[in-house]
Amino acid sequence: MNHEPAHRQFRALVIGGSAGALGAMLRFLPLLPRRFPLPVMIVVHLPPDGESLLAPLLNSRCQLSVKEAEDKEPILPGVVYIAPPNYHLLVEPDFVLSLSQDECVLYSRPSIDVLFESAADAYGDALAGIILTGASSDGAAGLKALVDAGGRAYVQDPATAEASAMPEAALDACPTAQIVDPSQIAALLLRELVPAPS
Amino acid sequence: MKTAAAETEDIELHLLMEAIFQKYHYDFRDYSPASLKRRLLQARDRFGCTTFSALQERVLHDPGMLPQLLSHLTVQVSEMFRDPGFFRVLRTEVVPHLRTYPSLKVWIAGCSSGEELYSLAILFREEGLEERTLFYATDINSTALRKAEAGVYDLARIAQFTTNHQRSGAKRSLSDYYTAAYGAAVFDKSLRKRVVFSDHTLASDAVFAEVHLVCCRNVLIYFNRELQNRAVGLFKDSLVRKGFLGLGSKESLHFSAHAGDFAEFSRSERIYQKRG
Ligand SMILES: C[S@@+](CC[C@H](N)C(=O)[O-])C[C@H]1O[C@@H](n2cnc3c(N)ncnc32)[C@H](O)[C@@H]1O
Repeated sequence: MNHEPAHRQFRALVIGGSAGALGAMLRFLPLLPRRFPLPVMIVVHLPPDGESLLAPLLNSRCQLSVKEAEDKEPILPGVVYIAPPNYHLLVEPDFVLSLSQDECVLYSRPSIDVLFESAADAYGDALAGIILTGASSDGAAGLKALVDAGGRAYVQDPATAEASAMPEAALDACPTAQIVDPSQIAALLLRELVPAPS
Repeated sequence: MKTAAAETEDIELHLLMEAIFQKYHYDFRDYSPASLKRRLLQARDRFGCTTFSALQERVLHDPGMLPQLLSHLTVQVSEMFRDPGFFRVLRTEVVPHLRTYPSLKVWIAGCSSGEELYSLAILFREEGLEERTLFYATDINSTALRKAEAGVYDLARIAQFTTNHQRSGAKRSLSDYYTAAYGAAVFDKSLRKRVVFSDHTLASDAVFAEVHLVCCRNVLIYFNRELQNRAVGLFKDSLVRKGFLGLGSKESLHFSAHAGDFAEFSRSERIYQKRG
């Protein structure tokens, strides 16, 4: 982490979680300032036929604008995109979003692995990802793909997680990931991902 | 920046799509690459290949594996009266317009194994439009088309279909339209007496009829923007003035080159009307 190439510029942030993830996100997403220059893509496991209330809820609490992701939507900096229930969310190589109803991965659709793997393909080492609290091992393979592509990995401290299975699986797959407490994430992201104004 | 391995894989994927196109004329070159890649990785593992190049060699030299590969490449999830709200709006708001035509043509593009076709045929029967309607049910997957022509579904799926049908504003019971036998629901063959089943690809085939309603649901999300534009262009050319286009619940014309040619008829149910 100390041997960061000076030219490294982050271009996107991906976040995944399940049980307890809303609470964890509410501890740092509202703190990200309107000028936060990266797009943020989020998968949270939800019941498949529920209407998604997540985007409006987060939108009302955040300075960034938060919306449900649409198919073939161009990705814009400073916008938070939420995967709709029952659809996988993917990043295409030309930086538009896609939705798909391919099979569930680890019983989940949307799947964190699907988002993270496609984002790692598209952004390479310019991607950062956070695995939050959750009760499945979804996200571990995705975070590993992100690390293998040279991206920056963060995992919620299992001790602070409502369900520790997800962060534990992610840490098993990515031992070099940085362990974080949700209340510190906003400051950390601003420090590590956003270039200081020159 | 991408790793060298990731770059190589992109090249291989591109070449594989090109090989399938040149050899078999199935054109997946303009599908959404991210989800296509996932499906191909599954196919690669399934066929015991370690690289896409190895899979390409198999595909080129063993035409027998094409059908299996095609079933990996296309997503076949479907359901009768999927998203009941869509069919309810069709019934209550689109049907009154359709009634004004003495004869009707409906194109179900990407009909998969027929669930959507039978839903529409039942809806048209319940609304008294069936006798004046011709349905075109098209897909690129011939296995799926054969299932559509058979109209036989696992009995275990019928409970869901029945709930959906009720929620769509059903006028009769779904059980009026099928007979149960050996764990399967066999749909009444009279429902398909006015149906033409056909192999047709939105990637390269042309318009074949003038129609009043196009349903193309949960197909466009698998295409990249250019191919989506091509497909919607076909629908536009095929539709009569003021004709209707129904898309899947997460599809829209929002980012389409043809957005200006259609008016939003039902925003929530993704139903569009071609401008006059
Ligand atoms: C997810 S299914 C949708 C089934 C149905 N329309 C529904 O909404 O329930 C997608 C279908 O699109 C078909 N398809 C894929 N590419 C196509 C193409 N280029 N032209 C026509 N159909 C295509 C697939 O074979 C598959 O049957």
